[in-house]
Amino acid sequence: MAMKTNEVWIYIEQNNGKVADVSLELLGKGSELSRKLKVKTGAVIIGDAVRGLTGKLIKYGADRVYPVEALALKNYTAIPYAHAMVTLVREFEPQIVLYGATTTGRDIAPRIASELRVGLTADCTNLQIGDYTKPSSKEGDILYKDILYQIRPAFGGNIIATIVSPDHRPQMATVREGVMKMNSEDEARKGEIVETKIDLPARLFVTEVARRVQMEKAVDLKSAAVIVSGGMGVGSKENFKLIHDLAHVLSAQVGGSRAAVDAGFIGHDHQVGQTGTTVRPKLYIAVGISGQIQHMAGMKESNRIIAINSDPDAPIFQIAHYGIVGDLNDIVPRFIDVYKSLMK
Amino acid sequence: MGYNIAVLVKQVPDTHNITGEAMKEDGTVNRQALPAIFNPEDLNALEEALKIKEKFGARITVISMGPPNAAEVLRESLYRGADDLILITDRVFAGADTLATSYVLSLAVKKLGHIDIVLCGRQAIDGDTAQVGPQTAEKLKINQLTFVNKIVSLKKDSITIERSIEGGYETLSSKLPVLITVTGEANTPRPPAVKKLLAYKHAMTPIELESLDESYINANEITDSHAMIKVWDHREIEANPEQCGLSGSPTKVKQIESIVLGVQESRKIENSKAGIEALISELLKEHILG
Repeated sequence: MAMKTNEVWIYIEQNNGKVADVSLELLGKGSELSRKLKVKTGAVIIGDAVRGLTGKLIKYGADRVYPVEALALKNYTAIPYAHAMVTLVREFEPQIVLYGATTTGRDIAPRIASELRVGLTADCTNLQIGDYTKPSSKEGDILYKDILYQIRPAFGGNIIATIVSPDHRPQMATVREGVMKMNSEDEARKGEIVETKIDLPARLFVTEVARRVQMEKAVDLKSAAVIVSGGMGVGSKENFKLIHDLAHVLSAQVGGSRAAVDAGFIGHDHQVGQTGTTVRPKLYIAVGISGQIQHMAGMKESNRIIAINSDPDAPIFQIAHYGIVGDLNDIVPRFIDVYKSLMK
Repeated sequence: MGYNIAVLVKQVPDTHNITGEAMKEDGTVNRQALPAIFNPEDLNALEEALKIKEKFGARITVISMGPPNAAEVLRESLYRGADDLILITDRVFAGADTLATSYVLSLAVKKLGHIDIVLCGRQAIDGDTAQVGPQTAEKLKINQLTFVNKIVSLKKDSITIERSIEGGYETLSSKLPVLITVTGEANTPRPPAVKKLLAYKHAMTPIELESLDESYINANEITDSHAMIKVWDHREIEANPEQCGLSGSPTKVKQIESIVLGVQESRKIENSKAGIEALISELLKEHILG
């Protein structure tokens, strides 16, 4: 029994009763989009004990919460969770469904999109509502009103693309963590719990979760006041010690360019740029980073930028407030020494 | 004996090494100016297949959808130890988004008959979507294990892997058949083997064979071994053209913009004790540091 709600839906990611930050951020963005579209914001939450979380989702922006609860859904696995989402989407027909671009969101969303045969845009950094004119040779141009603009870095983060999916519903996207603003918790907000009933045959449970090890994030680039980042110019994993040393002295977080991460100098969690984490520290020190566009787009909002590079023509100097041209093996230790002596 | 493995690979422009020459005046990328390479994580997927082959025995079929030139990544797979190679190429496939791509790839895998494991890279560096793997798994109606860092164990009809999750990892087991997407952390791909390179350097698609020039034919004896790379079009895999390429793609690109970086008046700091001391003092005074 289908019921076309036309809502904006958020897939809520939860793990052991904790709702992912990105899901709360999406409730904020989702409610902004639904206000424009004059529809309600729906939140789907799946797990073995999720009833207790429905109130929180309402406080963060959901108008209607769809809990799917079953003991067998204790751990996230792709097929049963996707089955639950597909069933609900077919029943309630939302016009938009948003997912966090996490390892879970990027696992489940494509599976759902494939089964529903709808479009999906990965890793969006912005979402807007607007009109779209589709050029058509036969019937002339077709105008689509109030379409979801799915905006994302493309081509290795070197350009920005706006993607639309005009002919298919729901329009679906995964969204990066940290790019949308979370609403503050509104105790007075009221919402509705929508009861759901979903068949979960045993054949869906083909993945067994043997072990799950999750630590609080050790690297927190987003809230760092100072970041020292190294690039290919650092030369080797061993020499990356220089970056760690400088970061240690300045009580800074360590970042890296994609090239440095690709080369194995530093782990993925440290990657700064459109393809990694977008950062806005008070001070960003780029060491041996020439400045690919996708990197600079991800750190250019920093309050101050110091670039250290041996190539005076490196693009990074175009966006740096301070440029030091020279050998980083010489400059970084000097920087450390001077800082230590000034702090005495 | 052994497993039947399909590896899905893609030839991509090298977006990780974009030089000034590849950027157009308007800030967009000139694809043609970038070298075409084997998508890095697809090489990691192939490596996992080769490791299984060495340990348990396997027949590895490498499939790539792309233009005729994409035969190059199939040859590279052959040099590393793949057994069968299939290029899926057809004009109707052009402009495919991930949904249309997974439709075509899933039909090609189905045509192979019984497959135990489908391997592919987590994502391709020209799109970074990580969608084609899960979508292909759904179309094949098989399980998916994505972001896999390690194959822990493989049994006759099941597999255990480790996959990364935010701030950690999880260990999952699944029955076969299964589709696995592999990350760059899984392994270091082997280089081409010289012996295989010499043995297979003439491996070609029928398209390439037809376009050989006379001097090549005169200098080389053309044998069956030349036509090692099969080519399938949409008829061969019984694909509905409506579901392929641009017409089978729900997503449309509305607009492409360059990233505008405001140019900053940069102050040159002398690389000397005095220069750096002045800079740090200034930052301390402004509470940017300290």
